[in-house]
Amino acid sequence: MFDYETLRLVWWLLVGVLLIGFAITDGFDLGAAMLLPLLGKTDTERRVIINTIAPHWDGNQVWFVTAGGALFAAWPLIYATAFSGFYWAMLLVLFALFFRPIGFEYRSKMPSKRWRSNWDLGLSLGSFVPALVFGVTFGNLFLGVPFSFDEFTRPTYTGSFWELLNPFALICGLASVIMLILHGAVWLQMRAGGDVQPRAKSMAIVTGPLLSLLLVIAGFWLLTAIPGYEISSTVIGDASSNPLSKSVVRIDSWFANFDLYPQLWLLPILAVILPLLTSVLSRAERYGWAFLASSLAITSIILLAGSTLFPFLMPSSTDLASSLTLWDATSSRLTLEIMLWVVFFFVPLILAYTVWGYYKMWGRVEPEAIESNSISYY
Amino acid sequence: MVSETVVELSRWQFALTALYHFLFVPLTLGLAFMLAIMESVYVMTNKQIYKDMTRFWGKLFGINFALGVTTGLTMEFQFGTNWAYYSHYVGDVFGAPLAIEGLMAFFLESTFIGLFFFGWDRLSRVQHLTVTWLVAIGSNFSALWILIANGWMQNPVGAYFNFETMRMEMNSFAEVIFNPVAQVKFVHTVSAGYVTGAMFVLSISAYYMLRNRDVGFARRSFAIASAFGLASIISVIILGDESGYEVGDVQKVKLAAIESEWETHPAPAAFTLIGLPNQEEQTTDFALRIPYLLGLIATRSIDEEVIGLKDLIATHEVRIRQGMIAYGLLQQLRKGEDNPENRAAFSAVSDDLGYGLLLKRFTENVVDATEEQIKAAALDSIPQVAPIFWTFRIMVACGFTMLLTFAAAFYYTARRKEHKTPWLLKLSLLSLPLPWIAIETGWFIAEFGRQPWAIGEILPTYVATSNLTETDLWMSIAGFASLYSLFLVIEVYLMVKYIRKGPSALETGRYDKEPQGELQHV
Repeated sequence: MFDYETLRLVWWLLVGVLLIGFAITDGFDLGAAMLLPLLGKTDTERRVIINTIAPHWDGNQVWFVTAGGALFAAWPLIYATAFSGFYWAMLLVLFALFFRPIGFEYRSKMPSKRWRSNWDLGLSLGSFVPALVFGVTFGNLFLGVPFSFDEFTRPTYTGSFWELLNPFALICGLASVIMLILHGAVWLQMRAGGDVQPRAKSMAIVTGPLLSLLLVIAGFWLLTAIPGYEISSTVIGDASSNPLSKSVVRIDSWFANFDLYPQLWLLPILAVILPLLTSVLSRAERYGWAFLASSLAITSIILLAGSTLFPFLMPSSTDLASSLTLWDATSSRLTLEIMLWVVFFFVPLILAYTVWGYYKMWGRVEPEAIESNSISYY
Repeated sequence: MVSETVVELSRWQFALTALYHFLFVPLTLGLAFMLAIMESVYVMTNKQIYKDMTRFWGKLFGINFALGVTTGLTMEFQFGTNWAYYSHYVGDVFGAPLAIEGLMAFFLESTFIGLFFFGWDRLSRVQHLTVTWLVAIGSNFSALWILIANGWMQNPVGAYFNFETMRMEMNSFAEVIFNPVAQVKFVHTVSAGYVTGAMFVLSISAYYMLRNRDVGFARRSFAIASAFGLASIISVIILGDESGYEVGDVQKVKLAAIESEWETHPAPAAFTLIGLPNQEEQTTDFALRIPYLLGLIATRSIDEEVIGLKDLIATHEVRIRQGMIAYGLLQQLRKGEDNPENRAAFSAVSDDLGYGLLLKRFTENVVDATEEQIKAAALDSIPQVAPIFWTFRIMVACGFTMLLTFAAAFYYTARRKEHKTPWLLKLSLLSLPLPWIAIETGWFIAEFGRQPWAIGEILPTYVATSNLTETDLWMSIAGFASLYSLFLVIEVYLMVKYIRKGPSALETGRYDKEPQGELQHV
C-alpha cells in the first residue's frame, strides 16, 4: 500500500496527532486540576471545578496512554531510550499521575475537610508535575540528550536527572504549564458556574499574553544560542532502522528547516498570536471560540516543536551518530502498516463516541446542583 | 554489562508492581459484567431495586477501578523505564498489541466509565445500559490484547530476528493474534476475573444476610453472583491453562516444573500429587504419585510422553552450543562482514541465538565460553522448581474450594434457602480472599515459570533490562512500595466503609429494616 518512507512520515504525523489529542483533551483537565486551589475557594467551588471534568478525565487520559503505546509500537527505540534515559523524570511524572485517578474518585467519598484538602493538593500537584516535566523534556530534546548505543543497539544514558533542569528547558517547562493552565481556564469559563466562572475568565485573560511572551523568549533563545543538528550522510528513507548507520553534525541553529521551507514561519506566528486571541475572545465572552483558539494554539505549538526538530526525534549530545531520527528509529514496515490500518479504523470511531459523551454531559455545572447532589457527583 | 543485582531488582520491581496491579484488574473484569447483568434486569423488569444494585455495586466498582487505572499507568511506563533492551528488541512485535489495546479497548472503557457514573440522569435507560455493557466489553478487550502480548512472551510466533536492526520483527500479525497460548490464556484469565467479581458480590451479600440487614437486596445480589460465579469457575477449571502447554519449549519446561517431573517417564506419566522438589539433586523427595494421571491431563492421550526436566536441560545444552555459533556470526555481520555466506550460515542457526545469549550471564564473550559455563547456562535454562510446584497446588486448591462454594450457593439459592443456611453464608464470606490468592499464584506460575526467559527462547531476562544503577532501582522500589502501601490502606479503608454503609450509601434507605428473610418488592 505505502512504501516504507511514506509510512515513516505518516507515523511521524500520527504520533504528533496523538500528542496533540492528549494535550487538547487531557490538557484542559490537567489545567483545571492545577487551578483547583487558585479558583476554588470553598469546597463547593472546588467540586464545581472537579465535576466539569469528572465524566471526561479518564477518557482524556487514554490519549496519553495510547501515545505511549504508539511510541512503543511505532518508535520502539525512542520508547526504550527516552523512558530509560529520563528514568527519574518519567518516574516523577508517573508518581504524580498516580494522584489523579484516585484523587478524583476518592476525594468526595469522605466529608472530612482535611481528607479533601489533601486530595486537592494531590490533584493539583499531580497535574502540575507532568505538565512541567513534559515541557522540560521537550526543551532538552533541542539541547541534545547524552546517550549512545553499543554495537548491539543497547542504549546507555550518561547524564543525570539534575542536568535536565537547565534554564532553557525550565523556560520550556514553564511555557508548557502556562499553556495548560490557559487551556484549563478557558474550559472552566465555559463550563463552571458560580464564582468560579469569572475567576477562570480573569485567569484566561492573564495567561494568554504570558504564554505568548514565554514562547517568544524560548524561540529567541533557541534562535540565538542553541546549535542544531543535521544528518550529514545521505538519508535513505526505506533503509532498515539502524541509527548507527548514519552520520550527524552540529550546525549553527535549529532553523535550517525554516530556510528550506519558509511556509513553516506560519507556525511560530500562529503559536504567538493564538494565545493572545484566546485572551481577547475570553474578554469578549466568546467562550466556545476561546476554547477553539486555545486548542489551535496547542496544536501549533506542538507542530512547531516537531517540525523544528524534524527529522530528529531525539538527538544525542555525546555521540552524534546515535541520534534518533524518524528514518531510523521506527518499527518494521509491516508493523507500521498494520498499526496505520488500526488507527484509520479506530480513531474516527473514538472521536465519534467521545463527542457523543461530551454532548450528553454538556452544560454549565452550577454550585446549587453540586450541593444538592452529594452522592452521585464527585 | 548490567550487574546481577540490577537485574534482580528490576525483576522484583516489575513483579511487585504487576502483582499489585492485578489485585484490581480481575475485580474490574468481573464486576463490570455483573453490573451489566444487574442493569439489564433493571431495564427488563423496571424494578428500582436492580437499579440500586447496579449503583451500589457500581460505587464499590469505582473505588476499585481508580486504583486499577492508577497502577496500570505503571505498567505502561515500566517496559521503557526498566526494560529498555527488551523494548528495543521486541517492540516491533510486542508494542503493537499494547497500542491496539489503547485504541480499541482502553478508550472505550474509559470514555464510557464517566458516562456510567455521571450519566444516570442524562441518558435514557437503554442508552445507559448500552454504556454499561460497553464498559464491560471494553475492559475485556483490554484483557484480550494484553494477553496476546503476554502470550507472545511465552510462545513468540509470527516473528524473525533481523540482524540489521538487531531486533525481532513481525512477519505475521495473524500468527501473533491467533497464538494458541494467548487464546487459552485469555479465556482462563478473564474467567478468573469473572470468578473474582462473583465472589466479591457473593461474600458481601452473605455478610449482609448474616447481619440480617438489607436482606432483599443481598438475596438478589447473592443469586446473580452464585449463578455467574458457578458458570465462571467451571469455565476457569475446564478451559484451564493446560492445553497451552502443548506448544513451545518454554511451556514444556513450565509443565515439567509444575509437576516437578525430572525424568521422562514412559507414557502415560504419573501425577505427583505432593512432594518436595530438590533442585540440586534433580529429584522430588517424598513424592506421592498417582499413576497415569499426568499423562492424561497434559497430553490428553495415553501414549504421548511428558518430557522431564533433565532431558529438557540436555536439549538446551545442545542449543546453547548452536547459539554460540549464531552469536559469533552475528558479531561478524554487525562488524560489516555482510556477505551471502555469512548470512546463510547465520540464518541456519539464528533460531538458537537466544540460547547463546543465555551465556551472557556467565561470560561477556559468548563465543569462547568454557565447558563449565555452558553447563552452568544449561542448568540455568529452567526455573526454580519448588516455587512453581507449590504455587500451582495452592492455585488449584483455591479453585476447587471456590467450585464447592459456588455450587453450594447456587443449589441453596435455587431452593430459596440460602439466607437460612448460616454455614453457607459463612463459607461464602470466608471464601472472599480465594480468587485473589488463586490469580496471584496463577500469574506467578505463568511468569516465574517462563524464566530464565523474558521472551521464550529469544531473549533472556538477564540481558533485557535498562542500563540503570543499583541506587536507581533501590530508590524507585522504595517509591513504589511506599506509595502503593499508602494507596492500598486508603482503598481498603474506603471499601470497608462503603460495604458497612451498604446500599443505604445511596441515601435511599430502602432496604433497611426489612422483615427477616422476606423479599420485599419495591
